[in-house]
Amino acid sequence: MKRFIGFIRKEFYHIFRDKRSLFILFGMPIAQILLFGFAITNEINNVDIAILDHSNDVETQKIINKIKSSPYFKIENQIHNEKDIEAEFKKGKIKAVLIFEPNFSKNLVTKKVATLQTVTDATEPNVASTIANYTTALIQNYQLQKKQYNNQIKVQVQSRMFYNPELKSVFNFVPGVMTIILMLVSAMMTSISITREKELGTMEILLVSPIKPFQVIIGKVFPYIFLSIINAIIILILGFFVFGMPINGSLFLLLFESILFIISALSLGILISTISDSQQTAMMLSLMGLMLPVILLSGFIFPIKSMPIPMQLISNIIPAKWFIIIIKAIMLKGVSIQYIWKETLILIGMTVFFITLSIKKYKIRLE
Amino acid sequence: MSIIVQNISKSYKTKKAVENVSFEVKKGEIFGLIGPDGAGKTTLFRILTTLLKANEGNASVLGFDVIKDYKSIRSSVGYMPGKFSLYQDLTVEENLTFFATLFGTSIEENYDLIKEIYIQIEPFKKRRAGALSGGMKQKLALCCALIHAPKVLFLDEPTTGVDPISRKEFWEMLKRLQQKGITILVSTPYMDEASLCDRIALIQNGLLLKIDSPENITKNYDKVIYDVSTKNRHKLIHDLKNYPSQYSVYTFGEYIHYIDKQMKFNLEELLQYLKDKNHTEIEIKTAIVTIEDVFMDL
Repeated sequence: MKRFIGFIRKEFYHIFRDKRSLFILFGMPIAQILLFGFAITNEINNVDIAILDHSNDVETQKIINKIKSSPYFKIENQIHNEKDIEAEFKKGKIKAVLIFEPNFSKNLVTKKVATLQTVTDATEPNVASTIANYTTALIQNYQLQKKQYNNQIKVQVQSRMFYNPELKSVFNFVPGVMTIILMLVSAMMTSISITREKELGTMEILLVSPIKPFQVIIGKVFPYIFLSIINAIIILILGFFVFGMPINGSLFLLLFESILFIISALSLGILISTISDSQQTAMMLSLMGLMLPVILLSGFIFPIKSMPIPMQLISNIIPAKWFIIIIKAIMLKGVSIQYIWKETLILIGMTVFFITLSIKKYKIRLE
Repeated sequence: MSIIVQNISKSYKTKKAVENVSFEVKKGEIFGLIGPDGAGKTTLFRILTTLLKANEGNASVLGFDVIKDYKSIRSSVGYMPGKFSLYQDLTVEENLTFFATLFGTSIEENYDLIKEIYIQIEPFKKRRAGALSGGMKQKLALCCALIHAPKVLFLDEPTTGVDPISRKEFWEMLKRLQQKGITILVSTPYMDEASLCDRIALIQNGLLLKIDSPENITKNYDKVIYDVSTKNRHKLIHDLKNYPSQYSVYTFGEYIHYIDKQMKFNLEELLQYLKDKNHTEIEIKTAIVTIEDVFMDL
């Protein structure tokens, strides 16, 4: 036991004296969460648009005012000719043009139908479709108000978004980024710290000593479990206070599942270290072998349901997928363990498998 | 016998590292493995410290088999690998404490054993190991290898890259450790250190060429070596190599070592030959045979 504690103390010395690894440990989570939260987002704000108003009457003015007062759009200029639309897009400043047909108010009264066309610059498809959705929503809202005045009750389709009514991307990014960071920190840092011993030759001395393989592995892993939990808490605090990410479920359950995921990531890190001889290989393997699948196949960015079947099958062996399902359920839906026990069991199974494999693969000799 | 090596062979892929090597090291002996880089010294050390498996042959340390009883060997020997293998980001004291706890002991418990070495580095005990000089590093590494009072000490090229004074001090320490009953297997590429061992094995290209005490090895050398020097050293080597009965010519310190093929070698003839070649300040005398000379002839 004393031997084990001595080993862990040494690991902490390594971590706290290496500025680079300290930065990766604590700087990156904060940077990533802020980056994803603020910069990389599907929401639109202050998009420059232009108006082409062929009728210029009361109703069109009302709609334009409504658009003006929303935080999503900024009316950059009025254009007067269809031909100018492309010229405006080519300048690159505006992203969309709203076109009111001639006699808008009149049509609305006589034909009961008036047309408003949205032309968007789809060089950025996501932004374009979001703009189209937002304008539709604004117009619907306008119609609703108008109908109340007219007392003409018609069937109106109303959709309501549960758990994330405003479709905030933060609700998706916080669990996703947390998963990526825990994976990266846990797997990459352990694999690097074990291969560093190989590279520096200290592994030779550790082998020619009474310390057992599992003691070395646990000793290597323990500090990172501890630091990763701190990381998870930092991310949760940032998500909660900066981005208003709710934590509807039990915090205790959330931490338990996080620890489980951290351990599975750590055991993957050990596995990587058993097959790589240098810190560089370990880093590349962690980045390419773990990070890419986590980002691409975990459902964090691309929905798993819309992937081809083989990809969907592959996504099942990625621990991150299950972890994202679990923490989203806890944080957003506030569920208890009885709704996520299946995913939890899968994660436990994977962790046990990786740990057994890495202890088996740990070399008691140099070759 | 502390170490027994029987017909050990080891190859990496296609390259043979060690071939059919056998030797024994007695208890309390300083045994030297002498040979150039790439001779197979490190491979032998790794086999004996249970880090590598030999392809053929048996070996045992302190009566423990290197394959079957590898755990017993690992907890009872001290090993200092060729490359400086301590934690550079830990201080001198932290390194020593770590290795003490690793072996389930403490600095205080075995302080007597390392005292003479440790007091030399103690003034720097708060300094990180990476910031120590070469000689200091080796002393610290030796302390760390000794802290658990091992019965056998494996030192793989402990003095490589160390200044001559530190080298001398290092060997004095080894002599003192020997007096405490510790068996030491040491390797070195420096021939001058060979004479400080009780017995040496000359190793080259994975083959053991000779095993004996340094005195016997030089005493049993059957040829006469001459120290030759003239004013024009470069021309001298060239001319000696063209001398009809030459056996071997190589530089050795300030002299050129010359060995002749014939048993009845006439010194005067060589002298005359050199004079004819316009050499001046000619000096020829019989040289004292060293390990290096024996090695050159193998």
